[in-house]
Amino acid sequence: MNLSQALEIASCTDPGIVRSHNEDSIAADAARGLVVLADGMGGYNAGEVASGIATTVITTELQRLLEENPAHDHDPATGRSRAEALLREQIAKANTSIFQAAQSQPQYAGMGTTLVSALFHDNKVTVAHIGDSRLYRLRGEDFAQVTRDHSLLQEQIDSGMITPEQAKFSQNKNLVTRALGIDATVEPELHEYETQVGDIYLLCSDGLNDMVSDEDMGMTLQTLAANLQLASQQLVQMANDNGGRDNVSVILVRIAGDYAVPRGLLARFLGWLR
Amino acid sequence: MAKLILSMDGLVLKEITLTKERTTIGRKPHNDIQIDNLAVSGEHAVIVTILNDSFLEDLGSTNGTLVNGQPIKKHFLQNNDVVELGKYKLKYVNEQPARAAPADFEKTMVLRPGQLPRPDAAKTGVGASGGHPAPMAPPAVAPTAPSAAASQPVSLSQPLGAPAAAPAPLPVSESQAMRSVSTSQAVPTGATRLASVQVLSGANAGKEMDLTKPLTTLGKPGVQVAVITKRPQGYFITHVEGASFPVVNGKALDAQAHPLNDHDIVELAGVKMEFFFKS
Repeated sequence: MNLSQALEIASCTDPGIVRSHNEDSIAADAARGLVVLADGMGGYNAGEVASGIATTVITTELQRLLEENPAHDHDPATGRSRAEALLREQIAKANTSIFQAAQSQPQYAGMGTTLVSALFHDNKVTVAHIGDSRLYRLRGEDFAQVTRDHSLLQEQIDSGMITPEQAKFSQNKNLVTRALGIDATVEPELHEYETQVGDIYLLCSDGLNDMVSDEDMGMTLQTLAANLQLASQQLVQMANDNGGRDNVSVILVRIAGDYAVPRGLLARFLGWLR
Repeated sequence: MAKLILSMDGLVLKEITLTKERTTIGRKPHNDIQIDNLAVSGEHAVIVTILNDSFLEDLGSTNGTLVNGQPIKKHFLQNNDVVELGKYKLKYVNEQPARAAPADFEKTMVLRPGQLPRPDAAKTGVGASGGHPAPMAPPAVAPTAPSAAASQPVSLSQPLGAPAAAPAPLPVSESQAMRSVSTSQAVPTGATRLASVQVLSGANAGKEMDLTKPLTTLGKPGVQVAVITKRPQGYFITHVEGASFPVVNGKALDAQAHPLNDHDIVELAGVKMEFFFKS
């Protein structure tokens, strides 16, 4: 099933003001309903190698697998949709690739990447994330963060050591507790959500949410919803106007139409004709 | 003042003070630092010094330039960095009281389970945000600099006293100023003068709208919409949707953002309006 009619995708990535090169990596495939964003880390160019491996492995492998295994299929092993298993497998594969590259080549030692990925299928979205790259959702007036960072800061907030207000001033923003490619295995966090027509999903690296407040992000999406590409550029520009200390990447996905899998006999027949 | 100590096999050969904006290093005699050795390229590297900060750049040399054992293309020199060109070593010494934290201290790092954040990392963090003396750029001043913003977009580096032609990326002075911005999470629109839009024709003629928000949309949704963005550099108008583009002072715009000047006339969806500064 081709989702390019139902999903509108815009993206923008920028090295920011301070850094000389971009260690973020993004990929989007509207037809298959897949978006991937990775924020690499590690010395001398290794960060962009790690994030590049993550986005490439996940998109190319999923593009191939989704041909034979529709994401909405029921997975008898887990009792959930196949999307979750597919994403989990490809993340594991990307993790192994990065980990092995880091082990075998000294200049890549210690490289890793955060990841946030969304796979849209059957009026649902499966979200996987590792580290502090985020997914937000704008539904009507409501703009909210969907993923929860795997970071020291988030753990401190959860354990009540500091309040979210104090967190804005914390110096520990840069410490993530999970990352892709650091160890032989990784545990991604996966969740499935229902989507509604009109929803806008925002995937971003910490270069955006560290520099631009959630309110400003939500307001920008609401104001510029009519022009998604402009909205993504505006968000990057706001991050840069506020200092642009890190690479900034944004992917926006608007649910433009219904993309439920045809289920009735007639609908299936029409779907087959298409 | 920063200096370089040139040595080979542990033997100090020379001490060079970085006084010039550009200090070139190479085998040929016209270089500021000449190293007559075949492993060194004719024009091997250059050090650009801006105020207290020095940047080393390899000029595509044959054998490359190492800093602390790592090959580099461009590098922001830190105190005690060792630059290697072939067998020669150049130690960069720049001792300053309350030196800023290394530029990359805030890079994302992984914290393995059971591992506490490195105490030194935490310390540098606190030091950087705390009472930083800010030798050349009082951060609090930077965002409120009296930019004549809209009429003449000012580059961020100007209010900080850096030369306008300075390379855009990363003099530390900039990142220092930014740190203060980010901690307050403030949108630095406070720097921009308040402006307003007055409708000149149509049913709403005479109506005035203050541009207080970072983004203000104008026009009719579904027909033609433009947005005015309020940025540190001033106000900009950008086309959002609709078949026709907004017209400013009789000229149609393209998809790019267009800076607005005092008393510009904007035409949108058949309505004329005037942009002007209030103060």
